[in-house]
Amino acid sequence: MNALIVAAILGVVMMFAGIITKQKSSIRLLAIAGLIVVLFANVLDTYGFHFFSIPLNGMLHFDKLSYFFTSIVLACTLIFFLLSAKDLEKVGFHYSEYFALIFFILCGIILVSAFGSLLILFLGIEIISIPLYILTGSDKKNLRSNEASLKYFLLGAFSTGLMLMGITMFYGSTGSFSILNSINVGAEPSAMLIVSVLLLVFSMSFKVSAAPFHFWTPDVYDGAPTVITSFMATIAKAAAFIAFIRLFYLGFGNIQSSWQWVIAVITAITLIIGNLTAVFQQSVKRMLAYSSIAQVGFMMMAILSLNTFSIEGILLYTAAYSIATLGIFSVLAKMKDYSFEAFNGFAKHQPIVAFSMTVFLLSLAGIPLTAGFLSKFYMLKSVMLTEKFLWLIILAVLMAAVSIYYYFRLIQVMYFKEGVEPAIEISSSFKWLLVVLAALVILLGIYPQLLFNWFYF
Amino acid sequence: MIAILLIFIPLLLGAVTFFLPRGNVSRIVSLISSMATLVVSLLGLTAFSNKKYLQFSADWLPGLGSAFSLQLDGIGQLLCLLTAISFPIIFISTWNREYKKAANFFALMLLSQAGLMGVFLAMDALVFYFFWELALIPVYFLCSIWGGEKRIAATFKFFIYTFVGSVLMLVALIYLQSQTADQSFSIQSFYNLQLDYNTQDWIFVLMFIAFAIKMPVFPFHTWQPDLYEQSPNAVTMVLSGIMVKMGVFAVIRWLLPVLPAGSFALGETTVTVLAVIGMIYASLLAFRQDDLKRLIAYSSIAHIGLMVVAIFSETQLAMQGVMIQMFNHGINIIGLWIIVEVIERKYGTRKLSELGGLAQKAPAMSILLLVITLANISLPLTNSFVGEFLMFSGIFSSNIYSYKILITVAAGICIILGAVYMLQMVQKIIYGTTSAKTENGEDIQMHEKVVLSIIVILIIGIGLYPQSILDLTQATTDAILKEANVLHLLKK
Repeated sequence: MNALIVAAILGVVMMFAGIITKQKSSIRLLAIAGLIVVLFANVLDTYGFHFFSIPLNGMLHFDKLSYFFTSIVLACTLIFFLLSAKDLEKVGFHYSEYFALIFFILCGIILVSAFGSLLILFLGIEIISIPLYILTGSDKKNLRSNEASLKYFLLGAFSTGLMLMGITMFYGSTGSFSILNSINVGAEPSAMLIVSVLLLVFSMSFKVSAAPFHFWTPDVYDGAPTVITSFMATIAKAAAFIAFIRLFYLGFGNIQSSWQWVIAVITAITLIIGNLTAVFQQSVKRMLAYSSIAQVGFMMMAILSLNTFSIEGILLYTAAYSIATLGIFSVLAKMKDYSFEAFNGFAKHQPIVAFSMTVFLLSLAGIPLTAGFLSKFYMLKSVMLTEKFLWLIILAVLMAAVSIYYYFRLIQVMYFKEGVEPAIEISSSFKWLLVVLAALVILLGIYPQLLFNWFYF
Repeated sequence: MIAILLIFIPLLLGAVTFFLPRGNVSRIVSLISSMATLVVSLLGLTAFSNKKYLQFSADWLPGLGSAFSLQLDGIGQLLCLLTAISFPIIFISTWNREYKKAANFFALMLLSQAGLMGVFLAMDALVFYFFWELALIPVYFLCSIWGGEKRIAATFKFFIYTFVGSVLMLVALIYLQSQTADQSFSIQSFYNLQLDYNTQDWIFVLMFIAFAIKMPVFPFHTWQPDLYEQSPNAVTMVLSGIMVKMGVFAVIRWLLPVLPAGSFALGETTVTVLAVIGMIYASLLAFRQDDLKRLIAYSSIAHIGLMVVAIFSETQLAMQGVMIQMFNHGINIIGLWIIVEVIERKYGTRKLSELGGLAQKAPAMSILLLVITLANISLPLTNSFVGEFLMFSGIFSSNIYSYKILITVAAGICIILGAVYMLQMVQKIIYGTTSAKTENGEDIQMHEKVVLSIIVILIIGIGLYPQSILDLTQATTDAILKEANVLHLLKK
């Protein structure tokens, strides 16, 4: 609760900060300091120090998972600010507003990570989405950015409609908006309930860009300014995911058998489409868009299995995936040309950056010793425990092998090709931050307890 | 203590080497590191052979049922020794080769050594998997950066192949872990598994593909000649001398005892047939090769095929033969690669058609080459003779194989073919008239003489007195065959 209120206040503060000062560096500092305050407030919350006591009436239900997830997201946002806040300047004139919108998105994320009622889920998803529509179109003079924004908005509105329909039917069949204890154990679910669950599956699949609801993703990710894409592909996606898993873990866990196969099919299609399409991309940015779809395929396995491994795993996965993707996007945001060829000989001119990028790519590809491997491992393990979807596991690992192709392509052009020096400015603090992140990726890959000890403190 | 040192000396010094400023310093550091590893490995065989020094265990991922447990048993001792001997030999024999960014090259070499040691030491399936991949990643960079012209494509092919294999193995390992009584990855829990026959069969397939790609067994071998040809010689030595043994080793430790029924059912039929086809096929292809590296690569496929057949015969003799032959094959083939390295550096070609007449120009090298070649075709008095003799008698006395005569004959033909193409190779290199490239040839230098002599001493020494190695692996062989015993199934 602390973090939610502080973040909302900071959103308003950032909005007005643009009037008081025009200095970009002070706005940036204010945003970073504010975010640290939010993170701190959330940690206090976790340990039981609440600034506010407000009767929630079951609308919000803060538990360990939601606090912990919020901490991960806030930490990732902090990383995002530190890496890319400077590049946000290039997007447009309204520097402080961008930060304000991001703080509002954080409010939405905190809501969806703690919702107890479907109404709050709806509210949270919308609070996340609307600022994202704006941010996607924030490069106002660029036609592609406008197109992406409009596309995102139209399809997003459509999927929200589906979600509302689902929520309505849920209310119709259970008589309550609360996801906790609304569905009786053992009772045969009514047809209306199943339709409602399916509608919710579809709309949430849209939000996390799982196939076949992914068609907006490549265009929107490609069209949006790269810094914004970086935020969208990691933090916003992780938030939609936690909402998804929370909805099914707390709400529909009792009737798992009636929706499990739908999720299995969606997972399989997502894995195939994401990985196979990523192979053919010529632009790194678009490749990363498809890679994010492919990664969602793995994350969907957590929803499929819903056991302790999947909860631990999804936390590790969001952390690992977000850190790696943020790192790669932060470098990409500094490049002028997004094609693979632009990275030719990158390792020669920027050895430290190239090394960190390699660690991130290895992590995304799921090579052992990186966090990406262990998170994929957790997903496979959790599905293995269901003892039903062995075909899916084998499909998933084969698709992981396909993903090697496009991730290693970038490593290959960086290390094994000759090229001219890319004209990018890289400060030494940026370099060292990347190295720290790379070390973190490896550390989490060797000793994930680092993360879980927090969770089970 | 010994166990952990074997991994951490190369790992730490490898990490340090990355930051060394000059190439020569890194060369020396890597040599010191590999020497230190060799000393530790020898100490493990002699002064500190007590069990308490040879194992190490620590908590690692308790939630997943995995512990960081290492142990040196007989087969582990043998292969760690092979790894420890090979690296100094490799570093010394390629001492004069210049690399751009040498520090990175040597650092990656040491990291791959750490990975290899880990594979041979791991007593926990997840730890095993980690090291299995850790050994692969440095090799990927080594070949892709310092290799020949078509290096990127060849290495990538290799990487994709092995990665597909290892993820399939990962699925199998996760499945096996979920079936153990205590939800643990430890090797003992795996050995205690009692799976039904159908399950064993398809788990066997998943795991065997991973190991077959590494060894390689026909039809998963196509990456090998390309990669050997393209990678720098030092890496080729690691690949064929040691890394290939990872596959053989993994079959012995992680496949046969864990899935006895699966190994019995598929081992005789599918695997043996594939191995025999591979042996014949590789031997025939070896005849047609003009490039020395490709020729040796194909000869390696034939040798490994025989080992695979011997493993699945599940007899004491054959298994002991495989153990000693793993060591021998490593030593012999590294010797051959050193000769290739010398020839390539001195005469600028690896093509048999452009070589000749070296017996006059480089007598020392010619003699050493001849001895190593004879060892490679298992002449009596050399080390391979012991190994192949044991393997053949084991295969022939196997209770499992129903077509053992056929198999033995086919394998025997390959041995003869092997002798023919290897001697032909020697003939083309050292006899005949000198060619344009070899005309101004000179003999090998002192340090090359020394390493090659060490190899020759090992060849003859083991050939004359193999008992020490056989004693070393005896206990492990017995234990594994006991776990893998399926004879009671035969009687039913």
